[in-house]
Amino acid sequence: MSEILSVSDLKRTYEVRKSAFSYAKETVKAVDGVSFKVDKGKTLGVVGESGSGKSTLARCVMFLERPDSGDIVFQGNTLNDINGQDLKKLRREMQIIFQDPYSSLNPRMKIYETLAEPVLFHNVVQKEHVMEKVEEILETIGLSTDFLNKYPHEMSGGQRQRVAIGRALTTNPALVVADEPVSSLDVSIQAQIINLFMDIKEKAGITMLFISHDLNVVRFLSDEIIVMYKGRVVEAGNGDEVFYNPLHPYTKMLIDSVKGGFAKRAGDDGQTEGGCPYYPRCERHQDVCAGRAPELTGGSNNNGGHVAACFLAFGAVS
Amino acid sequence: MNEPAIRVTGLSTSFKTDSYIVRAVEGVSFDIMKGRIFGLVGESGCGKTMTSLSIMRLVPSPGKITDGQIIFEDKDLVQLSGTEMESVRGNRIGMVFQEPMTALNPVIRIGEQISETIMIHKHIQMNEAKERSIDLLKQVGFDEPEKRYTQYPHQLSGGQRQRILIAIAISCNPSLIIADEPTTALDVATESQILFLLKELVRRFNTSMLFITHNLHIVKKLCDTVNIMYAGRMFEQSPVEDFFKEPLHPYSKGLLNSVFGFGATEKRLTAIPGFVPKLSEIPEGCKFHPRCASVMPICKEKEPSMREMGEGKSVRCFLYE
Repeated sequence: MSEILSVSDLKRTYEVRKSAFSYAKETVKAVDGVSFKVDKGKTLGVVGESGSGKSTLARCVMFLERPDSGDIVFQGNTLNDINGQDLKKLRREMQIIFQDPYSSLNPRMKIYETLAEPVLFHNVVQKEHVMEKVEEILETIGLSTDFLNKYPHEMSGGQRQRVAIGRALTTNPALVVADEPVSSLDVSIQAQIINLFMDIKEKAGITMLFISHDLNVVRFLSDEIIVMYKGRVVEAGNGDEVFYNPLHPYTKMLIDSVKGGFAKRAGDDGQTEGGCPYYPRCERHQDVCAGRAPELTGGSNNNGGHVAACFLAFGAVS
Repeated sequence: MNEPAIRVTGLSTSFKTDSYIVRAVEGVSFDIMKGRIFGLVGESGCGKTMTSLSIMRLVPSPGKITDGQIIFEDKDLVQLSGTEMESVRGNRIGMVFQEPMTALNPVIRIGEQISETIMIHKHIQMNEAKERSIDLLKQVGFDEPEKRYTQYPHQLSGGQRQRILIAIAISCNPSLIIADEPTTALDVATESQILFLLKELVRRFNTSMLFITHNLHIVKKLCDTVNIMYAGRMFEQSPVEDFFKEPLHPYSKGLLNSVFGFGATEKRLTAIPGFVPKLSEIPEGCKFHPRCASVMPICKEKEPSMREMGEGKSVRCFLYE
């Protein structure tokens, strides 16, 4: 299995003003030491609540945003020390799909133009074959050629998201980053788009980084899952393993909530200095959790790559 | 117990402009029993929010309630004057909206926003209202209610703000709470806490609740009845257990199959083809027929009516006629 993307110890911080009326700044660690690898043709699901750093991670992986530190290696190229020209070439191989199809498509471009633009920009096919390529894409995303002369405002949310997906596929990318691609769609439409993702994955063998707050959606599409909390990975492993056999209390809580349980009133998610970031909300926390942050570990036998950042995951502290 | 808190019959709301009429709600009827949570489910544009706005008589212009009755506490809300309606809204019917970020006034302290409602409806003095507000803050799960009373909305998180809105909604002991997608803007964990709080409050005060959502998982864990709306019409009404065991309408079946954890067990979802129709261009006959898997010739010509299918169950589909 060849590795297509590997991210190691990625960090990205933002400076924000402490309050609207003060010049004092504080640093927010949006992504705090995240590492993972994705094999070719596999899908990695990233789950977490808002503010957990999922989208920052997506933007860093796409190199739309420069990480403060850490390496991103894509198809053997380290993105950090690549020059602009080469990065442009690599961009052809990596594409992103955003959450909101209402704002990610140019309202003044017809669907044909929207889909043809990346084809021409990256010289995917010769000029005279652009129309063929666009029609091929339309077929993949399940839209008829009637849509070619339409503007985004004439289409529904699901259709627009199909176009956004189609646009990402025009350059035959090796990696697609999908940042909450179904969250803004209706339930019946969500299922259609997810099925479309399944088709693309099977047919084109595309590697995907699939980001969502909905564990149900992520589990459905992903081979591997990482769970993020406050910029850190708290649990990672095989999709079914993580879902059926969660180790971290945070993952357990997320699964309980989607399975139909009620989360009791949890503590405030206050700041922690040095300790486990989940400590203030955790139901099972011990003294050790406040003192130092746990590392990602699979226990003594490595647990088949299913790892968690929790002192209690493997009964280390009882 | 078996008395309806509110009875809606044949409610129709439409938006009329010079060039066209959009029928947002068309002949919707239902009862919400006392102490029960009524789940109104549908996709965007199906008329669920317009139904709730009609009940509160807050339909934005040029929309109008064109037909129907809303019987609430022996009064027909459709016939009430604006002033009479003011004494119902926020007092007898509490409301919780979707966006906790925008529903509160950012420059007024939280406590004053709660007290304001109580003072207006219960005609009491500030200090008395303050006492009551602090008690309400405690009821909705704040540890330091006195401190919260003097804070501003921006000092609170989304979930905390939604708690404040719930406190305002229950401040006058309403007999009906309308919650319109109250957790859509919140994280999973926070959502779960808010739902728990709502369920507890309904039980504690024996109020009724109209809960609007598009999320079937929430309906399953929170509501007593499921009511499916599509293109402004009621498609299916059913007690929650029956619905998840055996949905009747092809649309309900489709919805369940599109959601993970209900129908979708294999590695593929059974999606409903097509898309949610715009209310300005809904099809002839049964409004669902272009997307329906069990469509028959009659569905294209006539619209089925709501048919009783046993205790508390009814469905609008020719398959059951």
